[in-house]
Amino acid sequence: MKTKTETHTQPVEQKLRTGADLFIQSLVEEKVDTVFGYPGGAVLPIYDALYRAEAPFQHILCRHEQGLIHAAEGYARVTGKPGVVIATSGPGATNLITGITDAMMDSLPVVVFTGQVSTAVIGSDAFQEADVIGLTTPITKHNYQVTDIKDLPRIIKAAFHIASTGRPGPVVVDIPKNIAQEITDQTFDTTFSLPGYQPTIKPNPLQIRRLAEALAKAKRPVLLAGAGVHFADASEELMAFAEKYELPVTTTLLGLGSFPGGHELALGMGGMHGSYSANMAIYEADLLINIGARFDDRLTGAIQHFAPDATVAHIDIDPAEIGKNIETKIPVVADAKEALHGLLEIDIDCADHSSWTATAMDNKAHYPFWFERSDDLISPQWLIESIYRETDGHAIVTTDVGQHQMWAAQFYQFDKPHKWVTSGGLGTMGFGLPAAIGAQLGRPEETVVAIVGDGGFQMTMQEMAVLKQYNLPVKVIIVNNEALGMVRQWQEKFYEERYSSSLMTENPDFIKLAEGFGVKGIRVSKEMDVPRAIKEVFSHDGPVLVDARVQKLDKVFPMVAPGKGNHEMIGVKRCEE
Amino acid sequence: MRRIITATVQNSSGVLNRITGMLSKRAFNIESITVGTTEVEGISKMTFVVEISDTNKIEQLTKQLNKQIDVLKVNDITDKAIVQRELALIKVTSTSASRAEIQGVIEPFRARVLDVSRDSLVIEVTGRPDKIEALIDLLQPYGIKDMTRTGVTAFPRGKQPRQIQEFTMSI
Repeated sequence: MKTKTETHTQPVEQKLRTGADLFIQSLVEEKVDTVFGYPGGAVLPIYDALYRAEAPFQHILCRHEQGLIHAAEGYARVTGKPGVVIATSGPGATNLITGITDAMMDSLPVVVFTGQVSTAVIGSDAFQEADVIGLTTPITKHNYQVTDIKDLPRIIKAAFHIASTGRPGPVVVDIPKNIAQEITDQTFDTTFSLPGYQPTIKPNPLQIRRLAEALAKAKRPVLLAGAGVHFADASEELMAFAEKYELPVTTTLLGLGSFPGGHELALGMGGMHGSYSANMAIYEADLLINIGARFDDRLTGAIQHFAPDATVAHIDIDPAEIGKNIETKIPVVADAKEALHGLLEIDIDCADHSSWTATAMDNKAHYPFWFERSDDLISPQWLIESIYRETDGHAIVTTDVGQHQMWAAQFYQFDKPHKWVTSGGLGTMGFGLPAAIGAQLGRPEETVVAIVGDGGFQMTMQEMAVLKQYNLPVKVIIVNNEALGMVRQWQEKFYEERYSSSLMTENPDFIKLAEGFGVKGIRVSKEMDVPRAIKEVFSHDGPVLVDARVQKLDKVFPMVAPGKGNHEMIGVKRCEE
Repeated sequence: MRRIITATVQNSSGVLNRITGMLSKRAFNIESITVGTTEVEGISKMTFVVEISDTNKIEQLTKQLNKQIDVLKVNDITDKAIVQRELALIKVTSTSASRAEIQGVIEPFRARVLDVSRDSLVIEVTGRPDKIEALIDLLQPYGIKDMTRTGVTAFPRGKQPRQIQEFTMSI
């Protein structure tokens, strides 16, 4: 009799599911392995379903919603898979705004689920109500509010599709509490139709031919590789193309690693703090082939001086980026990998440009990034070089924004793709630590180093608790110059040394702070102690926080002053071998 | 220059907000927007009139519109043979003395009087924006008490003359 009852009730119980159960099931169907979340009133039904489902994927509890979203970005950047976030309504959602914008600017696939007050009270200024759709419309690739439980599985499926295809980007799904609570015995159709969203993947053969013809004629060709090469996983094709025609390669900040930094054709990063060889190659080029970069102003400097003599070809999956900032003669709307495939299929009879390539190589040899060692205080650039050497250049490196970010870009040579996690477009302080958490969870087997500033670290330092809780062996290196270094640098250069609010005179004791979080802390203040400290950091199994006291007045060079062309960069030094 | 752009969109909630948000975020100068349903259920048509400085910006506008997930089709129809119409309601001060005179003014415009009160007339006029402007100019001396305009809605004509320059993306 007892068994009979069980068999009778069991199927019924299984069939009756809440919206929250459907939500969990949808995530499982999307093969989500990690969710960054923070519970709250409006997502209680979702958290209850998560509890009942017995951890179908790992849930990482950050300590602030900004931590969630940056962690999801870090995860997405290194894995290429969408980062998933759950936050509650109102403040939970608004705390995500910075990170969603960051993901939008840097085209990161992130799917964000926000709780919402029940549909019956939406619009009544209910407790913890915020207009999430209104707030996130300008900063998302797309967003949805679920108003009927039958739409929930379909919307989630569409959200993952939109976030991760074409030019990736953040998608927000706002789920009212009553939808998550609603009980249903139905299975809903998940077929979605997006007739207005059909990214162009394959290039137009005509434009590929035009590009090949331009390359055949070019005497001073140069490639510019952006983050699009990473997203398309096109590094091999890029290398094959560059090597086939001996084309010098420059990259954007976010394109670092898409072409091996140590390759002989690599000129490094161009732009405001880019290398002399990269900037001069772009300035003097007669053909600039942009692959998946968006001609951001930090790259171009004053537009009228950017590649003034060049025919510009631009390969981008987002047609709206082509011709937006720089006049483009040869537009190729395509996935970078497909476009490069198209180009590699043709054998182009190139004009001789060997002397041009040789000049670029010569510039690279004679005008490297430089810095001055000190006998006493740590040179930040040398600190980063030391980290590079200790990790054999294989670590995943995350940063905040500012001087340490530029030094990391200049002195940590990225030879592999998907290793560089930085906030490019939005320039978000506090990005580095949570992004490292996401990167480490996405790539548990790899060494993850968060290079952060003393200012940026203090914006999200609460996430240290996450390192301890999940025993993530992230190495956090605070490049501590007791200042908001880049702000201070600009004040020195352009505001006659009026250091308005940029000196961090009362920093906390970072070592005690680390210990408070249960994380090993190491302070290093002298250049001579760096090698030993770095050894100690990387031989430690768990998380480490390093307070590296660097020279306070160091500046990032070379530098293109605002309003100037890249060829007018200052702080370039010739170095004789 | 003044451009007329139409967009066919999926009628989802928030689509208008998304589009107007994009326009303001990217600093496009919108003169008018009209939105209405079409013959297909769930599909709406928008007509934008924008004041734009150069062709580059027009291309950027159409591309940014196209990029929206809910936008199905974008057309810059300015240089096509089109029909364009706008409707205006104009409340004009009138006395029994001026009523007939106003009637005479509006007649060539094929405008109609919708409402008459002791001291005002409500006039409805439909046509190209320049025709509406002209009528407004003529009515101004009588005293316009209130006015509302719908903004332009437009359509390509059934038959297009040859050699029409089109702003399509060459990609």
